[in-house]
Amino acid sequence: MNIVVCLKQVPGTTEVKIDPQTNTLIREGILNILNPFDAYALEEGVRLKERCGGRVTAISMGPPQAEEMLREAISLGADEAVLLSDKAFAGADTLATSYTLARAIEKLGQTDLIICGRQTFDGDTGQVGPELAEMLGLPFVAYVSKIEDINKGMHLQRMVEEGHEIIELPLPAVITVVKEINVPRLPSLRGLAKAKSAPIPVWTAEELAIDMDKVGLKGSATRVVKVFSPQRVNRGEILQGEPEEQVKNLISKLGDAGIV
Amino acid sequence: MGILIDLDKCNGCGNCIEVCPFGLLELVDDKVQVKEGCNFCRACQEACTYDAILIEAAVEEVEVSDLHRGVWVFAEQRNGKIKGVAYELLSKGRELADTLNAELSAVCFGHNVAEASELTGYGADKVYLVDAPIIKGFEEDLYTAKFVELICQYRPEIVLAGATPMGRSFMPRVAARLRTGLTADCTGLEIDLGRRLLLQTRPTFGGNIMATIICSSKRPQMATVRPRVFKKNTPDKERKGQVIKLDFERGGITSKIKLLDFIEDLTERVKLEDTDIIVSGGRGLGKAENFHLLEELANVMGAALGSSRPPVDEGWIPYSHQVGQTGKTVCPKLYIACGISGAVQHLAGMQTSEIIIAINDDPNAPIFEVATYGIVGDLFKVVPMLIARLKGR
Ligand SMILES: Cc1cc2nc3c(=O)[nH]c(=O)nc-3n(C[C@H](O)[C@H](O)[C@H](O)COP(=O)(O)OP(=O)(O)OC[C@H]3O[C@@H](n4cnc5c(N)ncnc54)[C@H](O)[C@@H]3O)c2cc1C
Repeated sequence: MNIVVCLKQVPGTTEVKIDPQTNTLIREGILNILNPFDAYALEEGVRLKERCGGRVTAISMGPPQAEEMLREAISLGADEAVLLSDKAFAGADTLATSYTLARAIEKLGQTDLIICGRQTFDGDTGQVGPELAEMLGLPFVAYVSKIEDINKGMHLQRMVEEGHEIIELPLPAVITVVKEINVPRLPSLRGLAKAKSAPIPVWTAEELAIDMDKVGLKGSATRVVKVFSPQRVNRGEILQGEPEEQVKNLISKLGDAGIV
Repeated sequence: MGILIDLDKCNGCGNCIEVCPFGLLELVDDKVQVKEGCNFCRACQEACTYDAILIEAAVEEVEVSDLHRGVWVFAEQRNGKIKGVAYELLSKGRELADTLNAELSAVCFGHNVAEASELTGYGADKVYLVDAPIIKGFEEDLYTAKFVELICQYRPEIVLAGATPMGRSFMPRVAARLRTGLTADCTGLEIDLGRRLLLQTRPTFGGNIMATIICSSKRPQMATVRPRVFKKNTPDKERKGQVIKLDFERGGITSKIKLLDFIEDLTERVKLEDTDIIVSGGRGLGKAENFHLLEELANVMGAALGSSRPPVDEGWIPYSHQVGQTGKTVCPKLYIACGISGAVQHLAGMQTSEIIIAINDDPNAPIFEVATYGIVGDLFKVVPMLIARLKGR
């Protein structure tokens, strides 16, 4: 089984602030990590390979430093990794990102399953998985919490609001996974050694023979026009006194509000 | 595309520097210069009072034509019942449509959805009802194909849908097929009438930062919105609208995936999104058994049980109770947070509740910043007292 997992490098914390002077994100001093939600995608890919044989290829679109994260992916069980990096890819929204990933997956050759995380830690849209499926014309299932059976197709559990659905999915296909699906492993010593020396090819726009109008900022349908800090109005009142008194006070307030 | 500063006109006032969301402008020798990475958002151009900033955006606006008119709301249903978020979006959609002087339409897929005719009461001028037995459940492939077909046929300028698991799965596919933009989980929607643009504001970085996003060169402009973010208007029963029934003709549309079974989560007897009172517990509860205490409080108040993420991670309570960025968004009349610190990811799911009560022993916990009433104290003392008093009434 040929498995591709799509990974993104993200800031290691969401505790980012806006510089009040310049109105921009302060990114200095923030370490980059593998998107926590993608760790489950990678782990599931490696587990499937261990179950059915095959290869796991990790791909990421990002700046040159994302190579570091792809090495981590190899230490965690990926057989190989490819970085898609080019100035022309910068500023991509989900549409341009999924287009670029799709062209890279086509270049990789025959793929049976593509696994993405449910969303990213920073952008948080969860749109790249489903958009990628459309760009490749493949069937798609989101929020997979368990892969039950693999034969001609796969039997999966999809998490929905009211419970779980059991779905049959023909391959090749694209899925996104939730954290309930597995517990990611730690890197093995062998993996760490392999990660150190593994070649990580970098594919540019030229290598992908890509339509330049569809990548990066130019290929993006959406644009960020403003960023700002959320406003939180403190409307609160801390109830004073001994617990008995606080509770009494609280109940009378709720009574006034017509709730109890 | 390009951005140019007319050095003769620029007087180095710096007004533009402050408004650039990416901090790409700087003063060099009293004139403004642009660093690499500009996305031509025009924020600087609007701030410049000297007409010194020229932005050439040849590829923009080409595909945007007057042919696209009207606001659409995808009205999601399950088992024939329309979800609350559809009514919330129609209430918001009405505002947007009025500003644009355009029509508001609801689109509903399903079979025998009796409530579809009630959508007009919430502001829809038209209801496109696609009624067929095979789309009774969420047949994602069929939904995607049919919705794309309808959008191509009727050409709305704006399409809104709930950011439910269904919406978050199939709307990106619709957007990708149409090669248009989609903004997820919006918390604010406004209109820039001059350019007929939808200004879509959403939290990013787990709610630490808000971003306003536009889709200027493609139509429709698409956005998803979480349930309970916008308020639902009281329906106007007198309001007339047109219900247009459409057939679902399969012609070429097939479903690649097959739904085999559905396993309901039975622990969630009360639906969090639909209740007036939620009693919610966090890591401060310490262990699974202590949820019984909150259950007791919930029972006397007729409330549903919620949770922050750690209790779910620890397996004290199922995921369906989780409130927050990666759980549910709720907006009850009363939210009681017990032993919850109030991390942004949790606040993202509950801060619009009408009354928030926080019970926490740490006076510096951020939950007190959003709480209407706070009790600084040990929940294991306060909650039993609360139960006793409520029972005694
Ligand atoms: C990508 C991402 C997504 C996330 N999504 C969510 C989400 O959807 N929902 C969510 O809730 N979190 C989410 N989180 C986690 C979030 O960041 C916080 O870690 C979490 O909300 C903290 O939960 P808590 O308040 O229960 O625990 P803590 O932060 O540990 O707070 C426990 C509180 O209980 C108080 N306490 C302890 N004992 C007592 C006592 N006896 N009496 C009174 N008070 C007591 C403590 O003072 C403390 O304030 C997410 C995180 C990430 C990174």
